[in-house]
Amino acid sequence: MGGLQKKKFERGSATNYITRNKARKKLSLSLPDFRRLCILKGIYPHEPKHKKKVNKGSTAARTFYLLKDIRFLLHEPIVGKFRDYKVFVRKLKRAYGKTEWSAVERLRENKPTYKLDHIIKERYPSFIDALRDIDDALCMCFLFSTFARTGKCHVQTIQLCRRLTVEWMNYVIASRSLKKVFISIKGIYYQAEVMGQLITWLVPYQFSHDHPTDVDYRVMATFTEMYTTLQGFVNFRLYHSLNLIYPPKLDSKAESQLEDEGAYAMNSESYLEKLSALSSSLARVVSSAEEEEAELDQFPVEGEDIEKMEAREKEQQQQEVQKKIFVGLKFFLNRESPRESLAFVIRCFGGEVSWDKSVCIGSTYDVKDETITHQIVDRPSIEKQYINRYYIQPQWVYDCVNAKILLPVEDYFLGVTLPPHLSPFVEEKDGDYVPPEKLKIMALQRGEKPANDEEEEEEEEEEDDEDDEEEDNEDEEEEAEEKNLKKMEQQRSQGKSLQVKVTPGKVKVENPERLEQEEKAEEKRLAIMMMKKKEKYLYDKIMFGKKRKVREANKLAAKRKAHDDAEKSKKKKARK
Amino acid sequence: MFPRAVMEGSSSENTRSEKIEKMKKVQEKSAKKKRSKEEQEEEEQKDVEVFIFNNKVSEEEEEDGDLSDSEDSVFSGLEDSGSDSDEDDEEKEEDNDEGLKEEQKQAQQVDEEEEEEEEEEEGVTEEKEDEYKHDSSDEEDIRNTVGNIPMEWYKDFPHIGYDLDGKKIYKPIRNKDELDDFLDKMENPDYWRTVQDKQTGSDVVLSDEQVQLVKRLQMGQFGDVNFNEYQPQVEFFSQDVMLHPVTNRPADKRSFIPSLLEKEKVSKLVHAIKMGWIKPRRDDQDTRGRYYDLWASEDTSILAKHKMHLPAPKIRLPGHHESYNPPPEYMFTDEERALWEQQDPADRKFPFVPRSFSSLRHVPAFPRFIHERFERCLDLYLCPRQRKMRVNVNPEDLIPKLPKPKDLQPFPTTQSLVYRGHTGLVRSISVSPSGQWLASGSDDGSVRFWEVCSSRCMKTIQVGGPVKSVAWNPNPSVCLLAVALDSAVLILSPALADRQVVSSSERLLSSQQETELMEGASIVTWSDAEGEELNQGIRLKIQHPKAVQQVTWHAKGDYLASVMPDHSSHLQVLIHQVSRRRSQNPFRKNKGLVQSVSFHPVRPYFFVATQRSVRIYNLVKQEMTKKLQANSKWISSMAVHPAGDHVICGSYDCRLSWFDLDLSTKPYKMLRHHKKAVRGVAYHRLYPLFASASDDGSVIVCHGTVYNDLLQNPLIVPVKVLRGHVITHDLGVLDVTFHPTQPWVFSSGADATIRLFT
Repeated sequence: MGGLQKKKFERGSATNYITRNKARKKLSLSLPDFRRLCILKGIYPHEPKHKKKVNKGSTAARTFYLLKDIRFLLHEPIVGKFRDYKVFVRKLKRAYGKTEWSAVERLRENKPTYKLDHIIKERYPSFIDALRDIDDALCMCFLFSTFARTGKCHVQTIQLCRRLTVEWMNYVIASRSLKKVFISIKGIYYQAEVMGQLITWLVPYQFSHDHPTDVDYRVMATFTEMYTTLQGFVNFRLYHSLNLIYPPKLDSKAESQLEDEGAYAMNSESYLEKLSALSSSLARVVSSAEEEEAELDQFPVEGEDIEKMEAREKEQQQQEVQKKIFVGLKFFLNRESPRESLAFVIRCFGGEVSWDKSVCIGSTYDVKDETITHQIVDRPSIEKQYINRYYIQPQWVYDCVNAKILLPVEDYFLGVTLPPHLSPFVEEKDGDYVPPEKLKIMALQRGEKPANDEEEEEEEEEEDDEDDEEEDNEDEEEEAEEKNLKKMEQQRSQGKSLQVKVTPGKVKVENPERLEQEEKAEEKRLAIMMMKKKEKYLYDKIMFGKKRKVREANKLAAKRKAHDDAEKSKKKKARK
Repeated sequence: MFPRAVMEGSSSENTRSEKIEKMKKVQEKSAKKKRSKEEQEEEEQKDVEVFIFNNKVSEEEEEDGDLSDSEDSVFSGLEDSGSDSDEDDEEKEEDNDEGLKEEQKQAQQVDEEEEEEEEEEEGVTEEKEDEYKHDSSDEEDIRNTVGNIPMEWYKDFPHIGYDLDGKKIYKPIRNKDELDDFLDKMENPDYWRTVQDKQTGSDVVLSDEQVQLVKRLQMGQFGDVNFNEYQPQVEFFSQDVMLHPVTNRPADKRSFIPSLLEKEKVSKLVHAIKMGWIKPRRDDQDTRGRYYDLWASEDTSILAKHKMHLPAPKIRLPGHHESYNPPPEYMFTDEERALWEQQDPADRKFPFVPRSFSSLRHVPAFPRFIHERFERCLDLYLCPRQRKMRVNVNPEDLIPKLPKPKDLQPFPTTQSLVYRGHTGLVRSISVSPSGQWLASGSDDGSVRFWEVCSSRCMKTIQVGGPVKSVAWNPNPSVCLLAVALDSAVLILSPALADRQVVSSSERLLSSQQETELMEGASIVTWSDAEGEELNQGIRLKIQHPKAVQQVTWHAKGDYLASVMPDHSSHLQVLIHQVSRRRSQNPFRKNKGLVQSVSFHPVRPYFFVATQRSVRIYNLVKQEMTKKLQANSKWISSMAVHPAGDHVICGSYDCRLSWFDLDLSTKPYKMLRHHKKAVRGVAYHRLYPLFASASDDGSVIVCHGTVYNDLLQNPLIVPVKVLRGHVITHDLGVLDVTFHPTQPWVFSSGADATIRLFT
């Protein structure tokens, strides 16, 4: 009975966590400031394993942070800046109250600001870390750059976001690192591979936003503040890795070309506009001719045989080819097609692109150019057509990029019903449902020529009919048999007037394979019965997931079949 | 002040109008006299008039005000003279000023001069108004000297006031009645412009100019027609430094000496700067857009700090559903759409409805774009992160490797015979030790004897009540059957064997005659059957005090145990000795509701299964040796392995527990093979088989090898699931038993059949 009594909640997990309110008080910050600090420093709450223990016996819902994290925040210089800002606001209010305008002006000029450089460095100690997290930064910058310059956030922020996104797109073009594009109902997804990292970002369509009221723009603005800083540093580093000048400058050639077009924008903005046209290449620190593709030597990895190495080499070559699918093609964008997206994608894959002079700055040739090979049109028909070029819909460009080959243009002519646009991000494993369009594209990739569809269809139809008939016959026979059996059973069970009658039996053919299968299935069933409870649970869960997947795949297949049948019958009717 | 200024302006410009006005006013004077008389009458009529000539009244009122204002300048002789003298003074000042001005701007127009005059005048009038600011007497109508009093005070007098000379002003004669008024209104073209002067009570016909004035004022315009309110403004005090000062005033002294106040202010600022209270202006451009190589020297020391940091998971990549032009199978059907709309947003598989557009130009903006980005932001800073270990198990690996059932043959595999005949559920079955006969007891009140091989019913004995349990005497040298029925146990001798066997069983039953006398005072009564019953084969009747649920024989065939489940009594189990017709209650205490009992096949042990546990008693030592915890809610049945070291229990919560008596009191294995309550369990006497029957209509046969080696645990492998019984009234198979020599299993079900699986 000796010794001091141990008090509860003074050791163990209770001391490792701190509630949000306590943390806030410890940092002596207001909630919005605390929130901002957490966003900037990347601190997120933790879910303790034993909530009740950590919560000192209470079960109330609370947010917990790790005490270590909060201690880490205590030393942050930005916390001091937040306090400075609070003081500044107070002074400013006071000056306003006393209508001391000079004081107001003076205070305004000395508004405390802070830099986030050290935070970025701290959060992303290596460049690859930063690249890994750049997805969200890009999405946010692209969203903010589409905002109208009205009060929702600072105009400078919008401009900065625009600048950074344009820089990023120019980098992707210069490094040819775009991999996949997907037009979704939300916006356009792009995926690029930069330094081995897959980076995906989403760009909204170019419409004015209907600003929702239930969104806290302060939170978004704080994120954007952090992301713009991150994005800027990443851009700087990326540009330097390609020997490009940062902030980006246009080629001297391109610059002279664009010199005369001053009418589009004010002087201060015109350079950004020219850059955002994406039509011309960027100036380099070292002249570009020098570093043209130094051949990479191949070193065999240990334990790899020559065959594998060759395969790898081949793959690399293929990738090189895929990077250049649009080389030698000259595109012209009609004014209704999404210019920025198309120009970006086409330039990423080496195509030349231009548009009408009145659409945007930076057009390099006009419609009448005889060497144009493809004109991208997004309207049902066009009046004046040139013979020596294809008039295609914009989806062709994106589909080509995803398929990594030039797809046949016939499906994408004007007024034609477009083939479905598939997501390049879906990778089907065996057992998953693969839409027939994807199969077609895969066949094209393998170099097979598409068979004549219509004939096939007809043949199929005939076969189907036959099959159906056969099945019907079988079904009928079975039914009849069953009926007989049922009758017999009934009579037997009633036991009355059992007519003793011998009917010639039929030889029942036993399928040895099937029997074996059945046997195996039963074995498995019995073995499953003997599983331990824990394993059984896990097994059931896995099997449930598998079954659900199969069910979904089947459902999709059935839906597709129904749709195709409906289409066929429609066609037939139309023919008649 | 305003109207007067107007009047003055107009008088200076337009003398003609002044004349007209004067003339008018003379007219008015005379008219007023008349009117003052009429006023009284009119006031009486007023109420009526308000309704009829609403417009007119309002007009009148306004005009009254106007008139009084405009007239005072004319009729107030005092003011006129005063203003004249003032103006003279002004003229002098003006001369001075204008002398200066003319030098400044010679080219200025006449208009402007006039304006200046006006300004000057205003300045003067302000001075004058200081005197009379709150004195409104100057605005009085001087034709009538009564002053500003309610005129109804003069209602009862013939006069309305006094003129300047002190003579009475008489009210004008008003003898117009309504009709006259109406006629006047119809005939007099000036009626609409006739107003009554309250001061004099006379009617005044407004002139055209006056009417115009009223109209203009009503429209909010200036009273003076010629006044141009949009005259070009002259920047008098402009930014340009003029050659000459605007005023003639000499410079102040303070403009020559340094200001003390300013000095004080400056010194304050200097002090503040010195003390660092005021910071000098930063030359601060937008530093946000300045970037440099942040990762020039990658510091790996920081990396160590971030071990605990979890990078945020990336956003899920979009599937075909999200395409602007998805394949048709990815579009929602009507049902799916309805389901989507019904579901809670958190439960939905997709946060959006797939849509299809024929071309890119039709694609609209996504309405929830900002929302989704915002939600992502919230996720990033509000969600706790967790590393989740994903189990990547091949489900096939989880399945235990068991010996193949093929290698464990023989065991029953197919249903070969169905014994039909009962009309109620068959509760219990038992096979004779020779294996030739099968006895079954049913709820229809009959016990039937079947030949096993032919499924023929050899004998039917009506016992007159639902049979709960039947048990064939395991001694092969006798042929007896114990039947539990209500509160009695019957011993039947079905005579289905050799004559020798039949006679030996008869002997067994009759040998006890002597001993019966000795056992007098007992709870049960033994009685011989007589008459009809004897003919049927019933030999003995053991009457119990309560309903008997189960009977079971000892292996030797002499002892018989019966179960009467009862919560409250210690009298639940009775052991009878048939040869001596003796019964005894082995227990003195109630240890729970007894479900079933069983004798140990070899040793003098007795198994009692209560609701939750199985107790094993040593009959010789008369003590409990073991208590097995079944880990199930309610034991339904029990069977003891023929070697006696293993027990299986079926329970109503779908479990079958196998106890190894050498190992522990906990089940060695729990088998959850059945989907519904287990009703019966049985061991095979020779083969390593056991079977369980359940309400789900199936009989599961398992292989259960028991090794002689104590170190090796029994091997339990399910080998066959036998189905055949039809589930009726939620009851499936009620009892199961093995053939004593063959690997066959019998099962009786609620569908009134008995089935044999071989």
